[in-house]
Amino acid sequence: MKKISLKRGSYYDSVFLMLATRELKGIDGVKDAIVAMATPMNVELLKNLAYPEAEFEGLGPNDLLIAVDAENEEKADMAISKAYSALAEKKTASSRSGQTNAPTLAAAIKLEPEANLALISVPSSFAAREARKALEAGLHTMVFSDNVSIEDEIALKTYAVSKGLLLMGPDCGTAIINGKPLCFANDVRRGPIGIVAASGTGLQEISCLIDRYGQGISQAIGTGGRDLKNPAIGGMTSLLAIEALAQDPDTKVIVVIAKPPAAETAEKVVKALRKSHKPAVVHFLGAKPGRDEEKLAFAANLEEAAMLAALFAGGSKSTEEAKITAHSNETKERYKLPDRASIARLAAMEDAKLSLEQRWLRGLYTGGTLADEALFLAHEILGGVRSNNQTDPEWIMEDPTKSIGHCIIDLGDDFFTSGKPHPMIDPVARAERIDIEANDPETAVLLVDCVIGYGSHEDPAGILVPVIRSAKAKAAKRGGSLAVIASVTGTDSDPQKHGAQAAALEEAGAIVMPSNYRAALLAIEIAKLACSGGSR
Amino acid sequence: MNTKEVLSLFDSEVIAINLGLPSFAENLASYGANVVNVDWRPPASGNLEALKALEQIEKSAKVDIETANKEAVRRILGAEPTVVNIGTAIDTVPGMAKDLVLHSGPPINWDKMCGPMRGAVIGGLIYEGLASDPKEAETLAASGKIRFDSCHHHNAVGPMAGVMTASMPVWIVENKAFGNTAYCTLNEGLGKVLRYGAYSEEVIDRLKWIQDELAPILKDALKLHGPIDMKSIIAQILQMGDEGHNRNRAGTSIIIRELAPHIVMLDYPKEKLSRALAFLNANDHFFLNLSMPSAKCSVDAAAGIEGSTIITTMARNGVEFGIKLSGLPGQWFTGPSGVIDGLYLPGFGPKDAARDIGDSVITETAGFGGFAMAAAPAIVKFVGGSPEDALAVTESMYAICNAESETYRIPVLDFRGTPTGIDVRKVVETGILPAINTGIAHKEPGIGMVGAGLVKPPENAFIDALIAFASKYTN
Repeated sequence: MKKISLKRGSYYDSVFLMLATRELKGIDGVKDAIVAMATPMNVELLKNLAYPEAEFEGLGPNDLLIAVDAENEEKADMAISKAYSALAEKKTASSRSGQTNAPTLAAAIKLEPEANLALISVPSSFAAREARKALEAGLHTMVFSDNVSIEDEIALKTYAVSKGLLLMGPDCGTAIINGKPLCFANDVRRGPIGIVAASGTGLQEISCLIDRYGQGISQAIGTGGRDLKNPAIGGMTSLLAIEALAQDPDTKVIVVIAKPPAAETAEKVVKALRKSHKPAVVHFLGAKPGRDEEKLAFAANLEEAAMLAALFAGGSKSTEEAKITAHSNETKERYKLPDRASIARLAAMEDAKLSLEQRWLRGLYTGGTLADEALFLAHEILGGVRSNNQTDPEWIMEDPTKSIGHCIIDLGDDFFTSGKPHPMIDPVARAERIDIEANDPETAVLLVDCVIGYGSHEDPAGILVPVIRSAKAKAAKRGGSLAVIASVTGTDSDPQKHGAQAAALEEAGAIVMPSNYRAALLAIEIAKLACSGGSR
Repeated sequence: MNTKEVLSLFDSEVIAINLGLPSFAENLASYGANVVNVDWRPPASGNLEALKALEQIEKSAKVDIETANKEAVRRILGAEPTVVNIGTAIDTVPGMAKDLVLHSGPPINWDKMCGPMRGAVIGGLIYEGLASDPKEAETLAASGKIRFDSCHHHNAVGPMAGVMTASMPVWIVENKAFGNTAYCTLNEGLGKVLRYGAYSEEVIDRLKWIQDELAPILKDALKLHGPIDMKSIIAQILQMGDEGHNRNRAGTSIIIRELAPHIVMLDYPKEKLSRALAFLNANDHFFLNLSMPSAKCSVDAAAGIEGSTIITTMARNGVEFGIKLSGLPGQWFTGPSGVIDGLYLPGFGPKDAARDIGDSVITETAGFGGFAMAAAPAIVKFVGGSPEDALAVTESMYAICNAESETYRIPVLDFRGTPTGIDVRKVVETGILPAINTGIAHKEPGIGMVGAGLVKPPENAFIDALIAFASKYTN
């Protein structure tokens, strides 16, 4: 049957028309088809092909003609509608792999309709709105920006949870989704351990240690510092993440790291972990470990948390078994927590080189959680450590630019970073501060972190090396010796390479410990000896 | 809790959109992930009042803006501008009167008008016989006996000064799909012309010739030809190197092709017919006065839709640039007319330039002109020099428009439809202002065109419109 469809007043280029014609001719059940403008020549052609003449009354070259000769009415209609859709097909830039650019979020979604994650690091006052738009578009969202109001965070998280979307942050620096490091993260092995962490460098440290213990990460989800801590938020993101990890077949062990949450939130976390029926490890920074359960282990520090998780992943059946293995002296080196006696020996050796006036521990950190871990430990052991991160109000530094006594300083704090890059990106400010501490004849031991990975400076050890050398030289000139204790948070797969960074620091005379926890233990031990007069 | 979405994220490759630090996108890309980096700028260029209005609209609109905008866009895309006749302004243009002078842009009075517009008013009054010399015309214009009004208040548009008086012949362009009409005078050519503020004897003589000879010939030829489907012609000229605003060479040629066979059949002395055709041939911008009313009747159909944020008018009077929103009919939002970034004819420079003037920006409002810059590589010199610049102009406009034309397509963009339906929310949010191609008038009346280029409209007009919209349509 022959059928004609007309659209008056619509001009199409001939190439378009020919393409549409070709497409129609390829349809099964269509014997012939013509898509053309109604020029007298084309009208004549159709008349010759015995299409009904009456249809062509009053048509002109600006009118579109679709003529179909098909087996039946249904086929003809299908062909005609296909012709219209072929002509109306919208062309947008085709998506390419790797990085593409777009002027707006909406344009980006159009360019990449399969997008599933938004990373937001815009200035604070705009972050909540961009996050809301990303969530509205159905994207899981990671908000790196900080200083988002608590009201905005509650609204965003309530909305995100209602849509089943992850809102990581605000102030979330680290995550690893499907092996892809987001913002500040390390290239760690993939494996069965899922992490939910309220802290960036805490997550980095624990994931790198797990990697070093031969295990790997399934997903690492950052939540932002307030998620568990603030009762009004009540762990909305953490609880969604824990539940998802509980159901994720690739996750066998769940780790939760956070500053101590409100009691009822902590209870919710523990309940959710129990409900997962998967072994779990919890570390609340600076808090006494909670009561262990059969498959729920409370860790005392980041290193122990990483080790317990690795042991669970490696087959430990219970918390008890994992802890025995971790603390036993019999265990092979890889799964061994620090041995106090060997640390004491090392500390005594360093202390012996100090001059009498050298007394104080000076910790200069780029990673906030790493600073906290050292601070809590030092404050407890040394009995009074000043810090800009102190929770003990008596010991908060009045002026974080001036060290008095033992100090642990977080150089990534807003106080230091407003208007400047974070020291993990640009470690020069820390190098300058090391120089200042080195000029203080009372400084006995310098404790530093060195965080590598995606997002971090391309060679943080390279920035530390000359200043460590000159600091040591200054102390030697005064007749003493400066102990420099460091740890490198990262893996050998990171662009900066853990081994190379550690080697460079050792070359400069630093003692590089395998974890921040151990570095802190050693530095604290040296300071303890130095203050008490030690072996001198 | 519903974990379906999170589990599906765990189960798929990360495809990220990055807003903020570009290094996060680079890191992910270097790690093999697909990532779109948004060239993020503070919304509303950081203007907090505008941002507040945007958020108010997003969070507490009383109307369904998306539906309203869909309707507005449907009407713009569905318009069928058709040239139906030539008439005399007084007989055809609604509200036209002997003591009325229409001008381009938002309403403005004699005392505030810029040089070229004053010149055009002087010429218009002499042409109408209301004044016998420029001095008398100035006195009359200032006397209060002459009324001034925006062309847009009379369904009309005019290039540059846009002056229309009672006796002028006008194109009548009907939107067949929606039944509304738009009017525009006939283009006078280049050089010393009324629209650039010239009012010498040759200008008046030419206007008289247009009235007495050219218009009747074209009117009769049009009668023989029948209505001209402008939508199809604009679609064609975009594939022939025109964008319908700063380049109209293909459009003018097509009009000559359409009318020539009928012109030669007319019962006029050969010399007159030849003179008419020669005039058309010598004036590359003849088509502009057809593309403009075509655009005008297309966007007018979308005006007055409750709750729509689509811009239905943009226009300049040489002092102010003004816009109107579909959802706020009757209200102008204005800012100072811009200085044009352009190229100058020999002997002229930026010091000679008048500020941005004319209704021709109606073409951009309807989705061609500067928005179709990518279609007009021959005039890329006006936008920075290279064809890439022209592509970039068009491509950036997709970010502020709600639709793509189904008819007006750009070959070099793989026949992608032109960006159409400017959404004021997107303009304010992205800070991307509509790209406008334009001619440059000499700031002194009577000298004429001195160049052409690209102009940025004033951002505050868009912000003010958005704030007014928020106050009308949110709780």
